[in-house]
Amino acid sequence: MLVNGETCTVHVPPMKRLLDVLREDLRLTGAKEGCGEGECGSCSVRIDGELVNSCLIPVVQAEGAAIQTVEGLATNGVLHPLQECFLACGGAQCGICTPGMLMAAAQLIERNPHPSIAEIREGLAGNLCRCTGFMRIFESVLAAATQTRNPEAGRTDHAR
Amino acid sequence: MSTTAKTRIVGASVPRKEGIDKLVGRAVYVDDIEREGMWHGATVRSTIPRGRIRSIDFDPRIDWSEFTIVTAADVPGKNHIQLIVADQPCLADGAVNHCDEPIVLLAHPDKHKLREAAAAVRIEYEPLPAVLSIEESERMDPIIWGEDNVFKSFLLEKGNVDEAWAQAAYIVEGEYRTGAQEHLYIENNGMIAEWSATEGLTVWGSLQCPYYVHKTLKSVFDLPDEKVRVIQTETGGAFGGKEDYPSTLASHAGLLAMKSGHPVKMVYDRMEDLAATTKRHPSRVRHRTALDKDGKLLSMEIDLATDGGAYSTLSSTVLSRATLHSCGPYVCPNIRVRSRAWATNMVPYGAFRGFGAPQAIFAMERHMDEIAAAIGIDPVELRRHNFLHQGDQNATEQLMRDPVILDQLLDRALAESDYYARRERFVRENATNLVKRGLGLVTFYHGSGFTGSGELYLNSLAGVEVTADNQVRVMVSNTEFGQGTNTILTQIAAEALGLAFGDVVMAPPDTSVIPNSGPTVASRTSMVVGRLIERASLQLLDMLRDEAGLGAHATRDEFFAACNRYRAARGEVKSLSRYEAPPGIHWDDKTYHGEAYGAYAWAVYLAQVAVDTRDYSAEVEEFWAVQEVGRVLHPVLAKGQIEGGVAQGIGYALYEKVVWQNGRMANNQMTNYIMPTAADVPPIHTIFEEIHFKHGGYGAKGIGELPHDGPAPAILNAIRDATGVSFNAIPLLPEDIFARLAACQLQEEPAIK
Amino acid sequence: MHELVAPGSLDAVLELLAAEPGVWTPIAGGTEIMVAHAAGRLNATKLVSLWGIRDLRFIQVATDSVSIGAGATFVDLRRHAELCEFWPLMARAASWIGSIANQSRATLGGNLVNGSPAADSSPALLVYDAEIELISVRGRRRIPYCEFHTGYKRNVLAQEELVYALHLPRRFSHHKQYLRKVGTRRAMAISKVALAGTALFNNGVNGEGVIGEIRLGAASLAAFPARLLKTEQTVLGRQITRETITAAREALLAEAAPIDDIRSTAEYRKRVAANLVEEFLLEVGGRGAKP
Repeated sequence: MLVNGETCTVHVPPMKRLLDVLREDLRLTGAKEGCGEGECGSCSVRIDGELVNSCLIPVVQAEGAAIQTVEGLATNGVLHPLQECFLACGGAQCGICTPGMLMAAAQLIERNPHPSIAEIREGLAGNLCRCTGFMRIFESVLAAATQTRNPEAGRTDHAR
Repeated sequence: MSTTAKTRIVGASVPRKEGIDKLVGRAVYVDDIEREGMWHGATVRSTIPRGRIRSIDFDPRIDWSEFTIVTAADVPGKNHIQLIVADQPCLADGAVNHCDEPIVLLAHPDKHKLREAAAAVRIEYEPLPAVLSIEESERMDPIIWGEDNVFKSFLLEKGNVDEAWAQAAYIVEGEYRTGAQEHLYIENNGMIAEWSATEGLTVWGSLQCPYYVHKTLKSVFDLPDEKVRVIQTETGGAFGGKEDYPSTLASHAGLLAMKSGHPVKMVYDRMEDLAATTKRHPSRVRHRTALDKDGKLLSMEIDLATDGGAYSTLSSTVLSRATLHSCGPYVCPNIRVRSRAWATNMVPYGAFRGFGAPQAIFAMERHMDEIAAAIGIDPVELRRHNFLHQGDQNATEQLMRDPVILDQLLDRALAESDYYARRERFVRENATNLVKRGLGLVTFYHGSGFTGSGELYLNSLAGVEVTADNQVRVMVSNTEFGQGTNTILTQIAAEALGLAFGDVVMAPPDTSVIPNSGPTVASRTSMVVGRLIERASLQLLDMLRDEAGLGAHATRDEFFAACNRYRAARGEVKSLSRYEAPPGIHWDDKTYHGEAYGAYAWAVYLAQVAVDTRDYSAEVEEFWAVQEVGRVLHPVLAKGQIEGGVAQGIGYALYEKVVWQNGRMANNQMTNYIMPTAADVPPIHTIFEEIHFKHGGYGAKGIGELPHDGPAPAILNAIRDATGVSFNAIPLLPEDIFARLAACQLQEEPAIK
Repeated sequence: MHELVAPGSLDAVLELLAAEPGVWTPIAGGTEIMVAHAAGRLNATKLVSLWGIRDLRFIQVATDSVSIGAGATFVDLRRHAELCEFWPLMARAASWIGSIANQSRATLGGNLVNGSPAADSSPALLVYDAEIELISVRGRRRIPYCEFHTGYKRNVLAQEELVYALHLPRRFSHHKQYLRKVGTRRAMAISKVALAGTALFNNGVNGEGVIGEIRLGAASLAAFPARLLKTEQTVLGRQITRETITAAREALLAEAAPIDDIRSTAEYRKRVAANLVEEFLLEVGGRGAKP
C-alpha cells in the first residue's frame, strides 16, 4: 500500500482490519477505534481519495491503494488550513474524533470549495463528536474553505 | 483585584494548549500505547441481575495454562472500590447484584484468543428475585441494600408547607420522569497497568480524577501512597463517565498485571463500555405547588427519587445536588423536598454532567409551564414574577449576596429570539401546517464547586513551579478531557505571573508529580482551582520579591533571573496554595440549610421545536443559550462548553434512550443508542453576560455542567407550545408522541376536504 | 478464525462458488459483514472478496433502461448524472445509506443480499419495476426484483449464484415520484419505515383526474421489502378524494405487518406508513401541503 505517500508492505492476515494494520503494524495511531461498527467515523481515512471507515475494511481490499491518514494532512511540517482553523476556532476539544473529522472535512472542501453549512452538515454527518456540539467544527471548516480559496493569507509552521 | 483588572491573556481565545498534538494525530490516548511484553485483559461478567454464583467452569477446549485468571480471591487488599461508601466489590465474590457485574478477569498476549476464552468461561447462578425500578425498590420486597433499599435520603424544609395549602388560590400537581443516559465519550474506557515488586503499581489510562484511582488502588492492593502511581493519558471525552469507573478498571488491569507478571492493557470495546459502565441516574419527581391569585409561589412540596443501581457509588452526592436544584431560581417561602436514592439491581449509575441537576431542573421547569397553563399565565411572566434577586433567600435560606441578573438574561433571550413575534407567527401557521412549531423557555441556576463544606473536605492543594530549565508548570490533579483545563489554568498562571501564554505548561498528570487539587468534576476547575493557581502565582511573585530581588514591574527575563537566584538559595522554585472557603460560607449538613454553593451560574435557555405530524418526530430547529458564568476566561472554549452541553441535552430529551431487557442494556451499540449527528444539531446561539465573581479564578464561576441542565425542559415546553399536549417524561421519542397524539384523535381526518 | 480470499475476477469467484457450494460467503464493501465480525457474530468462516472486480461495478444507461452492477457503490449511484436525472429515487436512497464513508464502500448488491427488511435501496427498486439479474457458472437469469426476497433474510439465490446487476426500465419521467425514510435521526439511521412511490395521474378534462398507474414500495412493513399491492389496488383508477385516501390508509393498515423491535413499534410504523401514503397521494393529486 501507499500510506501518506510512502510505500509500505505488511504481512498480515487478509481479514485484519485496515484500522488495526495502520495502528499496530504501521504505528500510525491517528485513526481511532470508537465503535468498531462504522457508526462514529473516528477511524476515517481516505483510500484513493475516498473517505472510508477503516474499521470495516479487511486489509486485503486495500492492497495497492493510496491511503491518507491524519498524519499525512500537514505537509513538510506546515499545517493544513483545516488544522490551523480547527486550532483557531475550537474545532477540537478532547480530540478523539478529530483525526476522522479532519479526513471528512478535507474531502468535503477538496470537492466543494465553497460549502454551505447544510453541505458541511452532510459531509460530516458520519463523524460523531460528543464534545463540541459541532458549531465550532462548522466554523472551522468554513474558515478553512475560505482560507483555501484565498491562500495568500499565509500559513504557519506549527507542526514541529 | 484580579476580577476587575484588565487582562492580557485571560479573556482571550488563545490556542488550546495541547491543540496541535490533537490535530496532527500525535496526542497519545491509552489505546495508542504499547508497552514491552504487554498482554491484554478481558472481563467475564454476570448475565443475570441478581443471584448467587454456584460455579465457575473453564471449558477444557481452551488451553488455560496460557492465560492468567483472576477472581475475587486474588485481591491482596480490600475487594472494594473506595468511593463514598465502599459497598461496590472490585470483583464479584459469591454473588452478583447487576447484569454485567465483573466476576472473572483473563489475560493473554493475543487479543483474539482472549475473546474466545472469555466466551468459554461458564458461570452457573442461582437467580434471586431482582429489583429493576424505583417503584419495585420502594416496595422494599426484596430488600437488596441496607435496611430499606435507600442509599441516601434528604429532607429539606423551609417555612411551613402544610399551612400554606389553605391560603393557595391555585394548587398544581405533576409527575416528571427522566431516563438513563449514556455518556458516549467517543473514546471507550481503557487502562494499562504495570506491576513490580519493588516499584509497586503504575497505571496509565483514560480518567478524570487521578487521586480517586490512587485511593482505590492503595486499598485494593494494600499499598502505601508512594507505591501507587496513576498517570492520565490523553482522554477522549469523559462527562463524568470517567469519574469513578476508572478505579474499577485500573484495579482489574492491576490485578492481571500483578498475577501475570506482564503489563496488561484493558480497553473496552463499545458494546462492553455501553453495557457495563455507569450512566446518568433515572429519576421520578413529583411536584405539588401552591400559588396565590397573582401567580406568586407560596409553597412547593417535592418528592424526588433516583435509581442508583446496585451499589451506592455517587448516588448520595447526585441526590444532594438534585435536591438543592429542585426548587429552581425562584422565591418561595415554604418548601419541603423529600428525596431518596433507591437501590436496584440495575448497572450502577454514576456521575454525568449536571449530576442530579438536569433531572431536578427538568421537573421544575416542565412544572412551571404546567402551572402557567393551569392558571392561565404567560410562562415567561410566571417565571419573572418569582425570580430570585440579590438579597433574596433561596430554598436552603442562602442569601443571594451577589447580583442576580435573571431579568436581564430573560430580556436578552426574548430579544435575541424575537420571542413574542415568533410565537405569534407559529400560532398562525400551526393552524394549517402539518408541522407544528413552538417555543419553550426555561430559567435555572447551577451551583459551582462541591456542595456546602465539600470544598473544605477536599482540602485542595495546587500551585506552580519553575523548573531548572525555566519551564513554568501548573501543578494540579485536575485533568484535561476536552473542556480546556490545560488552557485556562495556564492562562491564569501566565496572566498572574506576567509571562507569555507560551511560557507556562501543565505538569504531567501523574500522581508522583502533582498535588491533590481535588477531582475534575462539579464545575469547580475554573472557579476553585483557577483561584488557587491565581493565588499561588501571586504568592510566587511575592516570594521572588521578598527573597530574590524581583522588582515591582519585572520583565519576563527579570522574572526568570529571579527564579534562578531563588533556586540557587532554596533548591526549588515552587508555590502551593491550599483551599480556603470564601468568608461567610455556613452550611448545615443535617438541616440542609445555609450556603449550599459558593457561587451560582444563572441561565435562560430557549428552544424552537418543530413537531412533524406525519412521522411524529420532534426536532430542535434553533436554540438560544443565555447565561452568566462570571468572567469568561476563554471565549472560544466557553462557547464550546455551552454548545457541547446543549447538544448532549438535546440528545437527553429526544434521542438517547437506554433500552433495558431484564436489567441488561439491549441497545449497546452505536447503531441503536442514538446521539444527534452534525445533521441533527440546530444552530445554537450562545450569549454571555459577565459579572466577575470575586472568589473565582480571575472572576470565573463554573461552566461545564450548566448547559446540560436547560435543553430538555426547554424542548418539552416547546413541544407543549407546539401541540398543546404535555409530555412529562424523557427521552421523548416519536413513538411516544405518536401514542399520545393518536390517543387525542388528532390524526383521523385526511387533510383533503 | 476467518479465511478471506480475493481471486480478483468474476469468473474466478463464480468457479469457487460452484466448486464448493454453500462454503464461501461473498463480501463486497464489508459494511455489514465486518460489523458482524466485530461483534463476534459472523458465522461465515470462509469469505470471498468481490471488492475491486470491475465486471461487477458499472452503471450503463441504454435508450430504454439502466443497468447497475451489483458492485456499484452508493457513491457511484449518487455521482451518475443520468441515473440521478431519470431515476432520482435511487440517488436519494443512496444518500441515506449510513454516512459518506459507508456510501463509498456499501454496494447495491450487498444491500440487497444482506436482505434487511429496512434495506434503503429496496423501496426505490420496487417502484421502478426493477429486474434483478443473477449469475453463476451456468449462466444468467433475470427475475422481477419484487420476487427476489422470499422471507426474513431469505432470497432466491442458489448457493453458487451471485447478484450480477439490477435493470431499471426508463419509463418514469412523467410519473410523480416519492421517497421518504423515517429513521431515528437525520443521518446514520436505520429505517423505522420507508415508503417509495411512483404514480401516473391522468388529468381529466374537467379536473376529475384518476390514478392511471401506481406502485408503492415499503421497507420495514414486512419480513422483507415489498410492494403494497393491496393498497395500490385500492386507489388504482380512482380519483384522489378524501374517500380514496381513507380507503388507502385502511388498506395499508390491513396489509402492513411490521413488528415491534429495538428501534420502534408496529403501531407506529403502520400509522406513519399510512401518513406517508396520504402524503404521496396528496402530492400526486397536486394538493401537497408545504411545511
